[in-house]
Amino acid sequence: MFERIREKLEILADAAKYDVSCSSSGSNRKNHNKGLGDAEGTGICHTYTEDGRCVSLLKILLTNHCIYDCAFCVSRRSNDIKRAAFTVDEVVELTMNFYRRNYIEGLFLSSGIFKDGDYTMERLLRIVKKLRVEEKFNGYIHLKTIPGASPELLHEAGLYADRMSINLEMPTESGLKLLAPEKSHEDVKKPLEQIRKSIVQFMDEKAVIKNTPKFVPAGQSTQMVIGATPESDKDIMHTANAFYKNFSLKRVYYSGYIPISNDTRLPIIGSQPPLIRENRLYQTDWLMRFYGFNVEEILNDANPNLDVDIDPKLSWALRNLDQFPVDVNSADYNMILRIPGIGVTSALKIVQARKFGRLHKDQLKKIGISFNRARHFIRYADSPIQLRDFEAGHIKGVILSESSSKYLKTPANQLSLF
Amino acid sequence: MEIYVFDGTLEGILTSVFDSYERKSTLVKLVSTEHHLPDVFQETYTVISDDTKAKRVWKGLQKKLEPDWMKRFYKSFLSEQPQTFQDLFDFAHYIFDNPPGVEDNFGNPVVLAVSQMDRKVHREKHRMEAFIRFQQTGDGIFYAHIDPDFNVLPLISDHFRKRYADQKWIIFDLKRKYGLFFDLDKVEEITFDFTSEMSSSLNTLPAQILDPKEELYSLLWKDYFRSTNIPSRKNMKLHIRHVPKRYWKYLSEKQI
Repeated sequence: MFERIREKLEILADAAKYDVSCSSSGSNRKNHNKGLGDAEGTGICHTYTEDGRCVSLLKILLTNHCIYDCAFCVSRRSNDIKRAAFTVDEVVELTMNFYRRNYIEGLFLSSGIFKDGDYTMERLLRIVKKLRVEEKFNGYIHLKTIPGASPELLHEAGLYADRMSINLEMPTESGLKLLAPEKSHEDVKKPLEQIRKSIVQFMDEKAVIKNTPKFVPAGQSTQMVIGATPESDKDIMHTANAFYKNFSLKRVYYSGYIPISNDTRLPIIGSQPPLIRENRLYQTDWLMRFYGFNVEEILNDANPNLDVDIDPKLSWALRNLDQFPVDVNSADYNMILRIPGIGVTSALKIVQARKFGRLHKDQLKKIGISFNRARHFIRYADSPIQLRDFEAGHIKGVILSESSSKYLKTPANQLSLF
Repeated sequence: MEIYVFDGTLEGILTSVFDSYERKSTLVKLVSTEHHLPDVFQETYTVISDDTKAKRVWKGLQKKLEPDWMKRFYKSFLSEQPQTFQDLFDFAHYIFDNPPGVEDNFGNPVVLAVSQMDRKVHREKHRMEAFIRFQQTGDGIFYAHIDPDFNVLPLISDHFRKRYADQKWIIFDLKRKYGLFFDLDKVEEITFDFTSEMSSSLNTLPAQILDPKEELYSLLWKDYFRSTNIPSRKNMKLHIRHVPKRYWKYLSEKQI
């Protein structure tokens, strides 16, 4: 009897893995009822797969039966694969028992669409409700919003889930229409907006009435598949930016397309997933969210794509050498954040430490900045006198020659994508 | 230079700080008994841990430091590193000898050393919260033993108590020979010496004392770990950076 559940888990975990969201942070659900689990505070990655991705949640589909035929999706109805479906109790038991052994932070539950949106959403809802109400489970639950499900069901789901997400799939409407003619970005926007509004409403009530129940406390996220359709990095990041702004998303995930289909509209099976590009997009995302960059500064009509060989922050600095060098002993915090080789932690330490005296090279190194990178852009107490200005190409050359890129060993055919 | 030998406890460090002011010592090398190599040519002063003195120093630090920094001080201490004992001693002096606020001076080597050690201990704590794998025994206790670089049990107790409020559990530190036991009501410190019959590799309680379902769930977990990997994205360097090899022994999914 082990065999059946093992096979189901294999099929339904395999089908769920292309959704890259793994976060288990940002909730404030406490173990208030002496039950199992606590989803307060920072997330925990309990292990990492050999591809280097974190495993934090039990990420499974309820079923991989699907009425849709999206070309990029491994569960599309025309794909000849093994199909399976969990029962409600199976998902509940797996979650509880994995959690009890400290394997996971919670459940990430998605599903193929069987029959229709409401029917599917209703099943998902039954699982999370059972976990929360009957099993007193207070771990993290990330629940997929099923497109086309009724507002009432979504609302009820929001009362049990910590995070909800619905995927844009392709960065632009035209890209989506090409690969999934049955879907549209509008189907995504509607539920995102409904849940966003409810989150705000519950927060407002919470300010007045202390015991207002939680509603999607960890917010919403979405995902875009990268490299399946020919969008530029600018298209991708401008879409991401708009969704961050309009729907107050907590995260946008970028998932490099992994060829799984012989469809002629898509990269052929065996071509490398665009890992560098994915990495550069995440770096840009971070610059927008934590470093005070406006997306326009990084990606615009003159620079529609990110550099492959250097990161977007360095790239921006090289294009804007007139703003450097920055004196770390006097510059504004926001400007220090923009120096290549200095991150948020070091920037904060620098502005605190400099109150006690001008900072020297060895102190900066000890604080933990990447000095070899930053030195081209900064002045400090004992900086050497520099007679001439270096130009961008020269600095880039020096930095590249000093660093060993983690991507040097990746196969060359990956570069041809750009 | 005077050598102060202390007993390796937090109380001992704080007492040393007290004594150094009382004795007007200027340059002190602080060594724990464990790491002290007696030297005939060097005079040593033996610090006798004293609760009252320690409390006074602790209170004095509290007057000048935010609770966050007090926590950092304690966490760095749990690293049990000889250099950190010295750093904490010097740090306390630096705080007492200067006007309030100098703990922000990350340009000072001692401030930086303490805050960096705090980060290291914190990382180890976080790793234990992530990598501990319980096994359910026949009598319903969830058991794990660990072998952490630093003495992090005091730091993880709260986390596990909050999270596993409806199950009994034990986390045992093999290196330091003590553990935590949660009996559904409170966490207690326990000691027992079973290392002789216990294999030091983790995740390996003898099958006969395990709950019959334990095998199924550890098997399903291994299956899950395998299925969720995307082979075409394989990146062992990244994998090892996130899960350094010395932690693999914790992870049931990494055992063959």
